Amino acid sequence: MTHEHDFADTGFLDTTDQSTAIDRAALDQLEAIAERYPVKRSALMPMLHFVQAIDKRVSPAGVEAIAKILEITEAQVQGVATFYTMYKRRPAGRHHIGVCTTALCAVMGGDLLLEQVEQTLGIAPGETTEDGMFSLEKVECNAACDFAPVMMVNWEFMDNMTPEKAEQLLDDLAKGRDVTSTRGPVLTSWADNERVLAGIPDGKANDGPSAGEPSLEGVKIATAKGWSGIPKGVRS
Amino acid sequence: MTLTPILTRNWGTERSWTLAAYQAQGGYKAAKKAFKMTPEQVMNEVKDSQLRGRGGAGFPTGLKWSFVPKDNPNPRYLVVNADESEPGTCKDIPLLMASPHTLLEGVIISAYAINAHTAFIYIRGEVVHPIRRMQQAVQEAYDAGLLGKKILGSGFDLDVIVHAGAGAYICGEETALLNSLEGRRGQPRLRPPFPAVAGLYASPTVINNVESIASVPSIIEYGKDWFAAMGTEKSKGFTIYSLSGHVKRPGQYEAPLGVTMRQLLELAGGIRDGHQLKFFTPGGSSTPILTADDLDVPLDYEGLAAKGTMLGTKAMQVFDETTSVVRTTLRWVEFYEHESCGKCTPCREGNWWLGQLLAKLEAGKGEEGDVDKLLQVVDTIAGKSFCPLAEGALACVTSAVQHFRDEFEVGYHTPAWEHLPYELSAVFTVPGKEDEQ
Amino acid sequence: MSESMQFAEMVTITVDGVEVSVPKGTLVIRAAEAAGIAIPRFCDHPLLEPVGACRQCLVEITDAGNGRGFPKPQPSCTTEAAQGMVLATGATSAQAAKAQADILELLLINHPLDCPVCDKAGECPLQNQAMANGRASSDFDGAKRQYSKLVAISPTISLDRERCVLCTRCTRFADQIAGDPMIHLVERGPKQQIGVYPDRPYDSYFAGNVVQICPVGALTSNDYRFSARPFDLASTVTTCENCAAGCQLRVDTRRGEVLRRNAGDCPSINEEWSCDRGRFGFRSAMGEDRIRRPMIRKKGQLIEVSWPQALAAAAAGLKKAAGKTGVLTGGRLTLETAYAYSAFARTVLKTNSIDFRARPASEEEAQFLARMVAGQRFDEAISYTALEGAKKVVLIMLEPEEESPAIFLRLRKANRARKLVVETVAPFLSPGAAKIGASLIAVRPSDLPGAIRDLDIDSETIVLAGERLASVPGGFTALAARIEASSAKLAWVPRRAGEVGAVQAGCLPNLLPAGYPLTKTNAKTFKAHWGAKTASEPGLDAAGQLKAAAWGELKALVTAGIEAADFCDPELVNKALTEAFVVSLESRHSDVSEFANVILPVDVLAEVSGSFLNWENRRCAVNQVVSPARAAMSEVRVLAALATALGEDLGFDNSVDAGESFAAIPPWTGDKPKIVPVTPPPAKGSVMIMTGRELMDDSRCLDGAQALRAVERTPIVRMSPATLRAEGLATSTYVRLTGPLGSATFPLQVEPTMVDGVIWVPPRTPGNPLSALGLEADATVMLAAAPEPKKEGEE
Repeated sequence: MTHEHDFADTGFLDTTDQSTAIDRAALDQLEAIAERYPVKRSALMPMLHFVQAIDKRVSPAGVEAIAKILEITEAQVQGVATFYTMYKRRPAGRHHIGVCTTALCAVMGGDLLLEQVEQTLGIAPGETTEDGMFSLEKVECNAACDFAPVMMVNWEFMDNMTPEKAEQLLDDLAKGRDVTSTRGPVLTSWADNERVLAGIPDGKANDGPSAGEPSLEGVKIATAKGWSGIPKGVRS
Repeated sequence: MTLTPILTRNWGTERSWTLAAYQAQGGYKAAKKAFKMTPEQVMNEVKDSQLRGRGGAGFPTGLKWSFVPKDNPNPRYLVVNADESEPGTCKDIPLLMASPHTLLEGVIISAYAINAHTAFIYIRGEVVHPIRRMQQAVQEAYDAGLLGKKILGSGFDLDVIVHAGAGAYICGEETALLNSLEGRRGQPRLRPPFPAVAGLYASPTVINNVESIASVPSIIEYGKDWFAAMGTEKSKGFTIYSLSGHVKRPGQYEAPLGVTMRQLLELAGGIRDGHQLKFFTPGGSSTPILTADDLDVPLDYEGLAAKGTMLGTKAMQVFDETTSVVRTTLRWVEFYEHESCGKCTPCREGNWWLGQLLAKLEAGKGEEGDVDKLLQVVDTIAGKSFCPLAEGALACVTSAVQHFRDEFEVGYHTPAWEHLPYELSAVFTVPGKEDEQ
Repeated sequence: MSESMQFAEMVTITVDGVEVSVPKGTLVIRAAEAAGIAIPRFCDHPLLEPVGACRQCLVEITDAGNGRGFPKPQPSCTTEAAQGMVLATGATSAQAAKAQADILELLLINHPLDCPVCDKAGECPLQNQAMANGRASSDFDGAKRQYSKLVAISPTISLDRERCVLCTRCTRFADQIAGDPMIHLVERGPKQQIGVYPDRPYDSYFAGNVVQICPVGALTSNDYRFSARPFDLASTVTTCENCAAGCQLRVDTRRGEVLRRNAGDCPSINEEWSCDRGRFGFRSAMGEDRIRRPMIRKKGQLIEVSWPQALAAAAAGLKKAAGKTGVLTGGRLTLETAYAYSAFARTVLKTNSIDFRARPASEEEAQFLARMVAGQRFDEAISYTALEGAKKVVLIMLEPEEESPAIFLRLRKANRARKLVVETVAPFLSPGAAKIGASLIAVRPSDLPGAIRDLDIDSETIVLAGERLASVPGGFTALAARIEASSAKLAWVPRRAGEVGAVQAGCLPNLLPAGYPLTKTNAKTFKAHWGAKTASEPGLDAAGQLKAAAWGELKALVTAGIEAADFCDPELVNKALTEAFVVSLESRHSDVSEFANVILPVDVLAEVSGSFLNWENRRCAVNQVVSPARAAMSEVRVLAALATALGEDLGFDNSVDAGESFAAIPPWTGDKPKIVPVTPPPAKGSVMIMTGRELMDDSRCLDGAQALRAVERTPIVRMSPATLRAEGLATSTYVRLTGPLGSATFPLQVEPTMVDGVIWVPPRTPGNPLSALGLEADATVMLAAAPEPKKEGEE
């Protein structure tokens, strides 16, 4: 059920696991991110994304490094890290699966997809499979409603999902086969994409289509009917 | 009525996201034209076009720009709100992906108009590919001298920073977005001071939606009169309408303001076969729902206000008769509960309460009087919250009860999934459950 | 005239039909207060920036001053009063009353009904407002939020998240007022809560304030939890004895026992804040070491005797010393008591050998105090308010956060509000100095006089000089000259609460009360005033007395609650106390009472009335909080009795009369005594020590405040990167300090702002006081890399 009332273990980042892969190069990269902004604290969110790329979660070492670079307290970093849902307190899977269950996607099949994914992976939202391959999240509206029901893998679009497609998707990912986002590149990993969110391009911008079919519905009709928005005589 | 593809017109072209493709179809001509004008002339052109903000509130864009004080010594900032998260809204993300240079050209012109030398594009984090495309577009623009020092030989300097969010609907609220961009929790700020006076880093800041800024190049290129000739009396120009849900061809339909839902539905092929419209949102989940009775309402700011709802983000989520309105309302309320920032009492506690009441009704465990109680809780919350998020939650509850009270009362004895089996509203057949349909 | 003094434009608004005029910009909630109308609130606090979060203070505005009203209720805590505004609170408006009842209902749906076991019950704004403005019943029958009950956010404070209403007063206090944002909001929406980062306790010096301003029982004091009901407490307003800031406190007692202390409401001094030392450090006199009976030493043993026996023994010993006596008063006495000692020394013991300085001190300092500080009266131009409005404030060898926390808060407030320029003359930019936005004028001791001469100050500058300047020869000479040449305002900010009073009371060998320099003529003047012959021969300062006593030249010492460890050379103190006949007026056993020949038990501060002069020279009332312990007497009364036993009349035998006697002396208006210039010694080539007491150290004043001991900072040695390299410590994390008497190991911290050639180390580290190594400020020290010291119990 969605209505939880017991928040006993909320509030704090998990510092019991002190492991980290943050090295000198990673610290340099964190400092470089801070340099991008007129006021360095603005870099806090991309820096947290970068920490996730390295440590698969918001690690204590990452929080402490950010606090030091930005000259703020760890409590302030934690306050931000716990506010935004994309920051994970425990290691996310190699592939992070999101199933949209906000009203429209839920109605159009999202709830059923979530149920299916939970059963296939044997985990509940917020959990990671034991082999570290998958983590699962019930996501809120992902701005792809015309492709509903929508799933996300590593925050790449998997549009117009069906139970069959979902089954195939999980199977392919589990077996290490190439899976291409419906509007993006071949999926690599959640951590790789966190680097992109930290503002470090991965050279894949040219992968995938310009737009999905629904995005082009209006243009298609207009083209077919000879309708145009721009003034007559202007070459398009 | 005809569709008017302007922002969407190049979305299907080959490698439309690249600078080469954008320039091949006339891109950056408007920026060059703008640099031949004074900033004031650019601002006046936008003001006179009567472009209104496309992010939901509909505030006149040029007027917002003019609030930046002339005598403030601090640097000015332009921030593009690409935190598209309102349920049903799905227009900005495809624009970023298919034609990031349209936005970037708008950024250059708008920054020039308000004399900002640093601009930020704040994109919600959960959409990696559009972020890649935007990052690349910015890099291409730097490489081509469209950003950086003395861009296009104009003497105007501009830096653009693409910034990814990390999952928070509230950051679509402009002051929450500023907090987020400053590396803080995305909670809304007190106004006044307004961002135009003290925004990012307490400096004058203009924040506009992606679609608003992306509309600027066409206004500069084709003129305010061309723009203002489209639309209705007080809702000028064109916009992107997003249709989703139980329609045959969901998608993006760019049209002059004031088209009707009947016209849009027709273009989208109507409701899926064998089904009828039950209700729809005109502008995302924060706008009170409408029904088949409202198909001929002009979809503009005034037409929808007259029906007690709003144009919002022009996101038509369409639901047919298989849909449980109780379930839909609960999911929306859960969305607001999940996305409430927690700052103010009514939103934080009120959505908690509404969610519990609706969950009871969905499960058929409601008690006689719970629907009235629901409305009473709405009244307890209404008009007291810090920002409009809570009002959005209330809008879906109040309008749903108004139109479908009987269905909520079914929750006194029957679970919603028994009253309207959920499998029937899915767009696919569920393996193993085919027999039930 | 400063900006704040100008007359503000006034606007008139109508609240519940009552017209009230307030300065433009006043928030409606405070305008209503001015009209005598209280609007309920939780997040609002007059000293915090408005946030508008709780929404409890909604009012109906029927006219915003422009003829139009608002359709929805508006938060009065974020709305500014505008000319002609008309509004109604819950008292007269149905809309506002409903809004307030609605918000209360929403706040209560997740609030536990544990008032019967909650500390706050009885003084709880939520409880009070629920009774006053809430509905009798609620429709809520759902599930409440559940958290694990208590979170220790610091050694002194516990957090109960279920009770919290998320008003963020605490986090805003931590961030805005104290500059220690170690508590912060975490999570969001219905899960939003207050939190600390794991293993990073909220160990701000000001943490206790959040307990006081919490409008519910979410933040409670571990020291006070479950110990009383507010309605069983009796409150007394008094002045804090922990430093010279003069903070007003409200002390709560039950059945004669102090249970807690809160900050008073004193806009002119500490506003509504207190440091944790002041708040929690009140148990030192409640321990087993309290001296309850007079004692005399017989055959080496202290034995309890009657008052007459003890006084007779003391009188006999002092008589025998026949003028070869000294008086060490320490720095913690009230003005009245200090004055009594001053008179006692001069008229009864016939000596000017009196000194309050139980700390590093110099003759140069005594001359400086006599010239620049003695005779000062409270003056608005040198006050907390003046600090806030100053053009510039210069700190010389003073760390306000460590030595005078209320000054720290006021400077931080001004720096945040109007970018007050603060300069600090110090060896490095301390975290506390950074929090007040200070810029550093970096000095080694030998640079200090020169740096003072070069200060860019004028009549709109306030210079605050700390007592540590006494460690630097030539420092006070340079300061007096610079102040007189620039007309800058000067205040001397000692650490201890009684030191300013002691200067004005004349507890110095070169100074009589009320600013009279010691001269033969002035001694005669005082004979008229005191009605007894007043000693006119120059006396010895504290160091002189100790040396003389150790060498047998001074035969008797009268001491008032001093500690050997406070002096640079404890060995010398021990020798002096061993050699001399010691009469100790004491409330607790100490390293001095160990040597005393006669111990006369005296009341502790909570048991007496009087006053402190704070650094502003403001008279701050000390009020009797609890009844005196049996058998003890006030120091004034003991001194009067001792005078009688010596056949003299002190002229007063209680604090009130002593105060009147002092007040009757017209202030000295003659020439200020000169300072004999001291030339600073040349810079040494070796590494020097610079040091300064921290707010929380092993001070005996903190005895009994268990939780506070846990807030003490780990003593560390700071040095510049260049010194680190020069001393071959570049790879070390620990350093071994060696002085004449021994060695000790400390963690090492590289301090980029630190001047080269010095180290900074606190003097009173538990177990390792610098004095035990034979080290003091400005001493040469030997450094060596060291391994991490083994913890106790390890091999």
